[in-house]
Amino acid sequence: MLDTGDLDNAKSMSIIVTKGSLDWAYPPFILGTTAAAMDVDVTMFFTFYGLPLLKKELNLKFTPLGNAAMEMPMAGGHMAMPNMMAVLPGVGGMAGKMMKNLMKKKGVASIEELRDVAVECDVKLIACQMTMDLFEYSKDDMIDGIELGGAATYMEKALKSDINLFI
Amino acid sequence: MTEHVLNAEGLNCPLPIIKAKKMLKSMPAGEVLQVRATDPGSVADFAAFCNQTGNELLSSNTEGDVYTFEIKRS
Repeated sequence: MLDTGDLDNAKSMSIIVTKGSLDWAYPPFILGTTAAAMDVDVTMFFTFYGLPLLKKELNLKFTPLGNAAMEMPMAGGHMAMPNMMAVLPGVGGMAGKMMKNLMKKKGVASIEELRDVAVECDVKLIACQMTMDLFEYSKDDMIDGIELGGAATYMEKALKSDINLFI
Repeated sequence: MTEHVLNAEGLNCPLPIIKAKKMLKSMPAGEVLQVRATDPGSVADFAAFCNQTGNELLSSNTEGDVYTFEIKRS
């Protein structure tokens, strides 16, 4: 197989990851790892609420609050979650647990698993330095194999990339 | 020639592709990887994966709920 690092015509993609809940973590990690498997040079830039996805310990949650399209398969049909219920304490945690169980049952990779693949496939993971300072994270809180950078670091990559996504 | 078999049954997108890539990477050029999957999306995805990476999709078959692919490493 070709080593794309040595080729000028290798395809490349950058993704800005701005959200860190369980449901929002999937699209960037699925696309990033799949692109890497397809010999694409991938850069993922984690900023604001996306930054905690680089923390060593992940405990991802999500809330159905404000998500009118959300439905969970239930007893052969689909159950919507009215906002009136989603706002109750504990519902977000419960929904997160239900979602993780459902994903396991359906053979969907965990975010931890996809993140390990990203590191293994040399996806460039950049933590936004400004967000690190703003939310008082230290590099020790984060997994190994990441880089720190700012908007200019991202722009340099993005200007050379075939695909740039903001998620 | 050693036999390379990947059982990706029960796995969902994008795991069959990622595991296939991992195995292909460790194989010598010209050898064939056999993949078994149950993800219906894998039919379109393995075709796209092979188109993009230059690995040759020798066959793509459906037997009931199981999809089998043979991929020759480029």
